[in-house]
Amino acid sequence: MLAQTDLTKLIFGRLTLESLPLHVPIVLGTFAVVAIGAIAVLGAITYFKLWGYLWHEWFTSIDHKRIGIMYMILGFIMLLRGFADAIMMRAQQAISFGDNVGYLPPEHYDQIFTAHGVIMIFFVAMPMVTGMMNFVMPLQIGARDVAFPFLNNFSFWMTVAGALLVMASLFIGEFARTGWLAYPPLSDIVSSPDAGVDYYIWALQIAGIGTLLSGINLLVTIIKMRAPGMTMMKMPVFTWTALCTNVLIVAAFPVLTAVLALLALDRYAGTNFFTTTLGGNAMMYVNLIWIWGHPEVYILILPAFGIFSEVTATFSRKPLFGYASMVYATVVITVLSYLVWLHHFFTMGSGASVNSFFGITTMIISIPTGAKIFNWLFTMYRGRVEFELPMMWTVAFMVTFVIGGMTGVLLAVPPADFSLHNSLFLIAHFHNVIIGGVLFGLFAGISYWFPKAFGFRLDPFWGKCSFWFWVVGFYFAFMPLYVLGLMGITRRLSHFTDPALQIWFVLAAFGAFLILLGIGCMILQFVVSFRRREALRDVTGDPWNGRTLEWSTSSPPPKYNFAFTPLVHDHDAWWMMKKYHYQRPLDGFVPIHMPLNTGAGIILGGLSFIFGFAMIWYMWLVAILSFAGILVVAIAHTFNYHRDYYLSADDVRRVEASRTELLARHV
Amino acid sequence: MKAFRGLLLPVALLLAGCQTVLMSPSGDLAVQQRNLIITSTVLMLLIIVPVIVLTLWFAWHFRASNKKATYDPEWDHSTILELLIWSAPLLIIIALGAITWVSTHKLDPYRPLERIDASRQLPADARPLVVDVVALDWKWLFIYPEQGIATVNELAAPVDRPIQFKITATSVMNSFFIPALAGQIYAMPNMETTLQAVINKPGEYQGFSANYSGNGFSGMHFVFHGLDEEGFSRWVAQAKANGGDLSREVYVKLAEPSENEPVKFYATVEPGLYLAILTHCVQPDDPSCMAHMEMKPPRTEGEAGAAAPAGDMADMSNHHPHSD
Repeated sequence: MLAQTDLTKLIFGRLTLESLPLHVPIVLGTFAVVAIGAIAVLGAITYFKLWGYLWHEWFTSIDHKRIGIMYMILGFIMLLRGFADAIMMRAQQAISFGDNVGYLPPEHYDQIFTAHGVIMIFFVAMPMVTGMMNFVMPLQIGARDVAFPFLNNFSFWMTVAGALLVMASLFIGEFARTGWLAYPPLSDIVSSPDAGVDYYIWALQIAGIGTLLSGINLLVTIIKMRAPGMTMMKMPVFTWTALCTNVLIVAAFPVLTAVLALLALDRYAGTNFFTTTLGGNAMMYVNLIWIWGHPEVYILILPAFGIFSEVTATFSRKPLFGYASMVYATVVITVLSYLVWLHHFFTMGSGASVNSFFGITTMIISIPTGAKIFNWLFTMYRGRVEFELPMMWTVAFMVTFVIGGMTGVLLAVPPADFSLHNSLFLIAHFHNVIIGGVLFGLFAGISYWFPKAFGFRLDPFWGKCSFWFWVVGFYFAFMPLYVLGLMGITRRLSHFTDPALQIWFVLAAFGAFLILLGIGCMILQFVVSFRRREALRDVTGDPWNGRTLEWSTSSPPPKYNFAFTPLVHDHDAWWMMKKYHYQRPLDGFVPIHMPLNTGAGIILGGLSFIFGFAMIWYMWLVAILSFAGILVVAIAHTFNYHRDYYLSADDVRRVEASRTELLARHV
Repeated sequence: MKAFRGLLLPVALLLAGCQTVLMSPSGDLAVQQRNLIITSTVLMLLIIVPVIVLTLWFAWHFRASNKKATYDPEWDHSTILELLIWSAPLLIIIALGAITWVSTHKLDPYRPLERIDASRQLPADARPLVVDVVALDWKWLFIYPEQGIATVNELAAPVDRPIQFKITATSVMNSFFIPALAGQIYAMPNMETTLQAVINKPGEYQGFSANYSGNGFSGMHFVFHGLDEEGFSRWVAQAKANGGDLSREVYVKLAEPSENEPVKFYATVEPGLYLAILTHCVQPDDPSCMAHMEMKPPRTEGEAGAAAPAGDMADMSNHHPHSD
C-alpha cells in the first residue's frame, strides 16, 4: 500500500484528481468550449490531410518568414485568451458593488488579472514583436535567412511551450495569484504554496530561453548579414529598432532568468533570497525584476517605433524626416532604459535623492521619444499622405501615444507618484502606451506587410471597421480609468463599496466591448481577405510603392528571398533602385545554399513542456527523464550533418521566370 | 471626429476628475502633491497640445487628395528644425526636472513637517502624534503609543497636528494609503517605512492598501477620521472604554488571516509589541526573530529615506521618544 502511494507520488507528484477544476463551472465551461474547438480544428486538419503539409512546410520549417508568421499566429491566438481575461475583469469590476460581489471570487479573479498581464506581455506582445522582426528584418537587409536558422525554429517552439504551460494552468491546477511580476513574499512558498507560481516560473523560464536565443540570433543577423553597401547608417529604421531591441533582449533577459531562478530556489530548495525569514530580502527581487522589466517595455515599443517610421515614410511618399536623429533617438532610448527601473517603486522608501535621480532619468527618455514624434510629424509635412490602413493606425498612435507619454512623465515625478502609484491611473497609463503604441504599431505592421507575407492585401473595409472599434473602444475603456485613478482607486480590487464609482467602470466595460467588436472585425478581415484573395492579389511585390528592400522581391518572397544579393547605395535602397530604373536580372543565376528543415526544434520544445509541467507538479521521475531526453535530442542533433542543400540554378531560374511572366502579364 | 476623440474626451474627463479626492484633498501634503500634478500637467500640455494639433492638421492638410498642398518629395532634413525638436522637449524636461528635484526632497514622506498648511508654520513645540501601523493579512492594526490604545481598521487623528506613521507588515507587502491625507508608502515585513503627514479638515476619509496582497485584499480598507482635539479625546476614551487588551496572545490570534475584518478597539497594548512585530519576535522562539541576529549600531539620520531594515531599528526604538 505504502509502496504504491510512493510510486504514484513519484510519477504524478502532487498532481491529483482534485487539481482538476471540476467544481468551477466557469472553467469547466471554458474547457468544454476549448475542447470542442480543438477537436474541430484537429479533425479538420485530419480530414483535409493537412498534417504532412503542416509538419513539413511549417512546424519543422527553418525559413525565417514562416517562423515569423507562426510567431504572429501564436501572438494572435494568445491575444484572444488575454482579451477574454480582460473582458472578464471588466465585467467583474462593473457589477461588483456593495452587496453584489460579482461572479468571480477573489481566488479566481486574482488568477485572471495575473494571467492577463503575463499573457499580454510575454505571449502576445513578445511573440508578435519577435515575429515581426523575424519576418521583415532579413528581407530589409537583403539576407536569405537569419544567422542561425535552426535556432530560430527552436526559439519559436520554446515560446510555444511556455504559452502551452500557461494555457494548461487554466485546466490543471491554477495559475499564480500574485500579479504579473509575482513579487515575493506573496509569491513565496508560504503565501502561495500551490502550483500557480510554479506555472508562472516555468512558463517564463522556458519561453525566456526562446526569447534570449532569438535575440542573439537576430542580433548576429543584423550585424553580420547585411547586403553589401548597407552600412549601419544606411539600415532601414525598422532594422535599427530591431537591432536595439535585440541588444536589450540579450542584456535584459538573463536578469529575468536569474531572478526567477532565485525565486524557484526559494520555493523548491528552501533558500532565503527573498523570504521574510532568515535574512531574505524581497526588495532585491523587486529591484531585479524591474531591471529586466523596464527594458522590456522598450523591447516592445522600439520595433513599433520602427514600424511607424517605415509606414509614415511610405505613405507620405517622402523619405523619413531626420533619419540620423531618429537613429540616435533610438540608441539613446536603448541606453537610458537601463537607468530608470526604480521609478516602478518610488513608494518602497528610497531616499529623496535616489527617487529624484530615477524620476529625472525617466523624464529624459521623453526627449528622444518626443524627437521621434516630431520626426514622424515632419515626415508627413509636405508629403502626399495616403490614408491606407497602416497610416491610419499611425496617426491614431501619434495622438494616443503622446497622451500616454504625458501621464507617464507625470508618474515619473516621485511625489505625484506617491498619490498615483498602483492606482487605475497607472493602469490607464500603461495601457495607453502599450495599446496605443505597441499594439497599434503591430496592427499597422500587420496590414503593411501582410501582402508581402501572403501575396494578397487585407480587405480595407473590415480593417477600417476594426480600426474604429479599437480606437474608440480604447478611449472608452481607459479614459475612465484615469478618472478613477484620480479618485484614489487602486488596481486589482475585485469588489468596491462606493456605488458612485460604478458608472465609470460600466463605461470602461463598454469600451472593452467595443474592442471586442474590433477584434471580431479583425478576424472577419482575415477571413474575407482570404476569400477575396484573387481580387486582392499583389503581383508586383510592391503594393504600397515601398522604399526598402523587402518590396523588391515577390509577394510572397521565394524561399531564398533574393536571387541575387542586392547592392545598397543609400537608405531607402529599393526607392533608389526604382528611381534609377533598376532592371531585374533575368539570367546568370547560380545555385543557392539553403538550410534544411528539421524536427529537432519542435521535439525539444515538446520535451521542455513536459519537463516544465513535471517540475510544476513535483513529478521528479518525469522531470529527470524529460530533462535527459532534452539533452539526448540536443546532442543527437549536433550529429545531424544533413542540414543544408543547394537549390540549383535551374530551380532558381524557374522561380524567377514565373515571376517575370507574372509581372509581364500585369503591366 | 478624431479631434473630438483625441482632445475633448480627455479634457471632459479631466474636468470630471477635478471633483476627485486627489484633486481636492484635505491634508497639506496631498494638497502639495495635487498642485505638483497640476503644474507638471500644464507644463507638459505646452508641448502635447501643439503636437496633437499639428498631427491632425498635417495629416489632414497633406492628404494625398489635396493637390494644393506643397509636395516636396526629397525634403528630409532641416538642421534648424531638428535642433528645435530636440530642444523643445529638453527645455520642458529641464523645468520639470528642477521641479522634481525640489519637490521630491520637500515632499519626502520621511521629512518632518515644517508647516501645518500653506499659511501656518508648525509651532516649535509641536509634537507629532505617533501611530504604529501594521499591515496584517488582511486588515490594518494601528497602535497609538502615546494614548496606549490600538485599533483595527479604524484610524483617527486630530486636525492640524502632525502625524508620524511608522509602518510595517507581517507577512506580505501592502501599501498604506489615505488619498485625502498624503501619498502612499509600502508596508513591508521586517522593515519600517515612515510617513509624516497632517490632516487639515475634519471629516471621514477612505484609507486602504494600495498594493495587492492576496485573497482579502479588496476588503482591506479603513476609515480615517479627522477630528478636532475634543473629538479625538472622545474617540480615544471610547476605545479605552470599549476595548479589550492587546496582549501577545491576542495579537497572534488577530494576525491569523481573515477577510473583511470589522472595526476593533483595544484599551491597552502590551509594551514593546510593535517592536516585536517589526523584528519578528512576537513568538520568541521564531527562528527569524531578529533579536537573535547580529545587531548593527543604529544609523544616523542622514539621507532620511531608505526603508530601514528592522535589525537597525531595534536599538533605536528602545529610546523611542514618545513611548513613555
